[in-house]
Amino acid sequence: MSSPHVLTPGSSVSTIMLLVLAALLPAIAVYYFYFGPGILISLVLASVTALVAEAAMLRLRNYPIKYFLTDGSAVLTAWLLALSIPPLAPWWLIVVGTTFAIIVAKHLYGGLGNNLFNPAMVGFAVLMISFPSYMTQWTAPLLLSHHPVGFSETLQYYFSGTLQGVKLDAVTMATPLDAMKTRLNLQHTMSEVNNMPIFGMFGGKGTEAIAAMYLLGGLFLWQRRIITWHMPVSFLVALALIATLFNGIDPNRYAPPMFHLFTGGAMLCAFFIATDYVTSPTTPLGKLIFGASAGLLVYIIRVFGGYPDGIAFAILIMNAAVPLIDAYTQPRVFGHDSRTKP
Amino acid sequence: MLSAILVMILLGVVLGAVLGYASIKFRVEGNPLVEKVESTLPQTQCGQCGFAGCRPYAEAVAAGEAEINQCVPGGNNVAKHLAELLGVEYKPVGGEENFDHKPKMVAFIDENTCIGCTACIKVCPVDAIVGATKLMHTILADPCTGCELCIPACPVDCITMIPVKENVATWKRQFPIFELKKVA
Amino acid sequence: MRTLHKFHGGVHPPDHKTESNRLPIAAAPLPQRLIVPLRQHIGTPATPIVKVGDPVLKGQMIGAADDFISAAVHAPTSGIVSAIEIHAVPHPSSLPDLCITIESDGEERWIERQPLDYQTADPDAVRARLRDAGIVGLGGAVFPTHVKLSPGQRKIKTLILNGAECEPWITSDDLLMRERAAEIVAGIKIMAHLIQPEEVLIGIEDNKPEAIAAMRAACQGTNFEVVTVPVLYPSGGEKQLIKMLTGKEVPSGQRTVNIGVLCSNTGTAYTMHRAVDHGEPVISRIVTVTGNVAKPQNFEALLGTPLSELVQLAGGAKSDTSHYLIGGPMMGFGLNYLEAPLTKATNCLIAVSPALFPPKPTAMPCIRCTQCAQACPCNLQPQELFWFSQSKNFDKARAYNLFDCIECGCCDYVCPSHIPLVSFFRFAKSEIATQDREIMAAEQAKQRFEFKQMREEREKAEKAARMAEKTAAARAAAAANPDDPIAAAKKAAIQAAVERAKAKKAEAVAALSPSPQPSPTRGEGANEKGACSDLTAPKNNTDPS
Repeated sequence: MSSPHVLTPGSSVSTIMLLVLAALLPAIAVYYFYFGPGILISLVLASVTALVAEAAMLRLRNYPIKYFLTDGSAVLTAWLLALSIPPLAPWWLIVVGTTFAIIVAKHLYGGLGNNLFNPAMVGFAVLMISFPSYMTQWTAPLLLSHHPVGFSETLQYYFSGTLQGVKLDAVTMATPLDAMKTRLNLQHTMSEVNNMPIFGMFGGKGTEAIAAMYLLGGLFLWQRRIITWHMPVSFLVALALIATLFNGIDPNRYAPPMFHLFTGGAMLCAFFIATDYVTSPTTPLGKLIFGASAGLLVYIIRVFGGYPDGIAFAILIMNAAVPLIDAYTQPRVFGHDSRTKP
Repeated sequence: MLSAILVMILLGVVLGAVLGYASIKFRVEGNPLVEKVESTLPQTQCGQCGFAGCRPYAEAVAAGEAEINQCVPGGNNVAKHLAELLGVEYKPVGGEENFDHKPKMVAFIDENTCIGCTACIKVCPVDAIVGATKLMHTILADPCTGCELCIPACPVDCITMIPVKENVATWKRQFPIFELKKVA
Repeated sequence: MRTLHKFHGGVHPPDHKTESNRLPIAAAPLPQRLIVPLRQHIGTPATPIVKVGDPVLKGQMIGAADDFISAAVHAPTSGIVSAIEIHAVPHPSSLPDLCITIESDGEERWIERQPLDYQTADPDAVRARLRDAGIVGLGGAVFPTHVKLSPGQRKIKTLILNGAECEPWITSDDLLMRERAAEIVAGIKIMAHLIQPEEVLIGIEDNKPEAIAAMRAACQGTNFEVVTVPVLYPSGGEKQLIKMLTGKEVPSGQRTVNIGVLCSNTGTAYTMHRAVDHGEPVISRIVTVTGNVAKPQNFEALLGTPLSELVQLAGGAKSDTSHYLIGGPMMGFGLNYLEAPLTKATNCLIAVSPALFPPKPTAMPCIRCTQCAQACPCNLQPQELFWFSQSKNFDKARAYNLFDCIECGCCDYVCPSHIPLVSFFRFAKSEIATQDREIMAAEQAKQRFEFKQMREEREKAEKAARMAEKTAAARAAAAANPDDPIAAAKKAAIQAAVERAKAKKAEAVAALSPSPQPSPTRGEGANEKGACSDLTAPKNNTDPS
């Protein structure tokens, strides 16, 4: 009987999660268009695994299963993970990753709202470290492939691990980021690398279109006030700035900023992964610091580190710093002269 | 060899001077721990801890001679505070985890039975009882700490403890009910 | 056009004003029985100055303001005092409070009303009139107005009249401004006379065009300025309105006078006009009765009118009414009983049905989405405060400025997890206040205990001194009578013992202090200390001895 007695109509956790899922749909459609049906199978597999794992954990932890299962957070984790890993992979890869994400990264830390690390990125990191060979086999864009993989073949590969009549190498290719890294290490110049067929306007063929769709979805979320501008803008600006800097130093050794923004998971990270509520700072300044630091880390890992893309590790490192960032970036409260001290 | 010895001696002298200076400059009067312990005690002066008031108990706790869980009016809250303050393991009062604050009580004198013996006045640690020999006594509810020391002192058993009623001014908000698990 | 400033956050709940603002203010009929609570304001409750059985006249003071921060209460009609007892009152705790019940005689005989010419009267006399007329802020906080209008030496630059009425459903200020603008302006003139501000601004939300027009018309010929502010809850919050109109922020924990601003409700100005220019104390107010009732409307009703009669006036509550709200849905509180009377603070009574006010869904865990932080008009981080309040980490909650929370409800309103955030903040505030009270009580108990110990020591010392005196007197008697051989022997023995003790003491003193003086004043010093201890005794101490 304590005030207030009214709520924003229709506002709930599941509404937010559904809107985020909806914002991913254009990117998924483009993904399907360029890379074939693998992504759909992977999304379905991940969603089912996430829901089963979530239900099991809720049951073990004595929480109301239906109430929490319908909040959409598990499915969102599953989708983000599925969109981050190669679309042509054995079924157990996505199942292992999702299960780990939901059980260890989410529920062992206290479930919805309490996890320190982004579950999807934890799942990705686990797969990256445990099964690196599967994690670097990306389907070639259908336009470039000599042998486009159909739905039944993809399904077959998912569950039997083989493709009829074709070698896996024939349908997969290194990702643009991977190719860039390998070729640059082989002393190729940037223009030589850019002439490879997998490269499109800014980034890789196909991947750049998907990235553009992520950007579109992100703008939709921003317009619906699901996310604020701070995190995506600071992430992308930091990434672009450091890329510009190195590109300016030696254009032959370092890719231009647009390449970095439109390849790999940069756009997905900026609008959907870094902005994960639970594992990111809550203060406006904290969001800026988090986004910018993650952007710099992504570049450093991509260019100087051992992995082709640095999204997952950059985000995980920054996740660990969130409590600290929050404590030191409390805003100035009405009627006070300075920021709240920790 | 000689230089090494000299260096060691010099070091010794310098460090000794620093320590000597520090011991004068940063000298602490009394035992600050006792003050800290005492400030967490509810000051009912009831003696239920087995000491003659809050200060002696605080001194004993600070000296490590008493357990941290002997303050009955303070309940587990005080025990927790003391455990944190002294860095020792928390023990619930009376070994009961649910031993929490008793509701605040004040003593009340049944004025028809009171014989005016002043026995209770003498034992009241906070002078909360007003009266004189052969005159009826009464208890000032505001300073009364509810220590119950006057109850055994009364020869005619005219003192009872009554709980303090909540009113509009002293009303306290309850912890909001927020039970997720009830949904199922 | 005045440039308006922005405050952080805010929400736009559906305002539901048209339900009750289409009909004019109706006068409520005289009830049979009126129940007047003595605590209708912030501060010390009024003290009853009538007895059961006393006849009273309309407007007669029945509860006096004894303290500075207090206000008087008056008989709303003529009749007989039938009870002075604990009775149900509208309060969030649902606890009853002391009330004076008056059986109306139906004659409405007024006490002699004396207008006061505030232009010529002493300002303090005007303030005393306000206190004795029971004028309190009618915006919701019910702070005694005479205290507010006593800024001391501080210069007030801006006087702000709050007609924003940003809470949904409530229209009592709106209707008052529409219908009685001239009287409100007359009241503002009294305020302006008392504090002599450089400018007077009347802030009204722009969803009340009729009220704005009426107030503008009434302000013709004065230098008062009607400022329209955009609709954004909580623009009617004192600090938020001041920020919007002047750009100044009231510093945390301070009063508005510290930045040279005073803010008062338009309804208060109206009651000031009635009290000063007509000699009528506050015995009635305008109240919106709306929500799930047949005919929502504003009523001018006597204070003390049982709320059930107000609901009847509005056509009665519909059958699916579950309970009632006092005040608006954002900051008001729920009430299950209607025996409680209308008080000065009651600006709105809303009948609640599940259709109008859907019950809150079960709360989910906080997902740190920061919708609350974005909506908070104080720029707090409600999600952090919730975390600390829930885990009873009150020191941290205080450090994160829990006490700057104005409990406006914006955070609850936007929370997608439906967490009762404000309830947690109220709980934490109340818990901290209780802890502070307990610490004070402990400190007081300690002082009293130490004083008692010292007194007992002193009594012991005095007793010893008296005994010593007696012995000395006996000794003197013995000396006067040296013939007594026993006495002489005794005396000699005592003398010897005293000498020995003295010698020992001198030795000890010599060993302890470099000064050879044996300090004969030592004992006296102790006595002096004991003697003056009564003066240095702790405050609030009634030494029963």
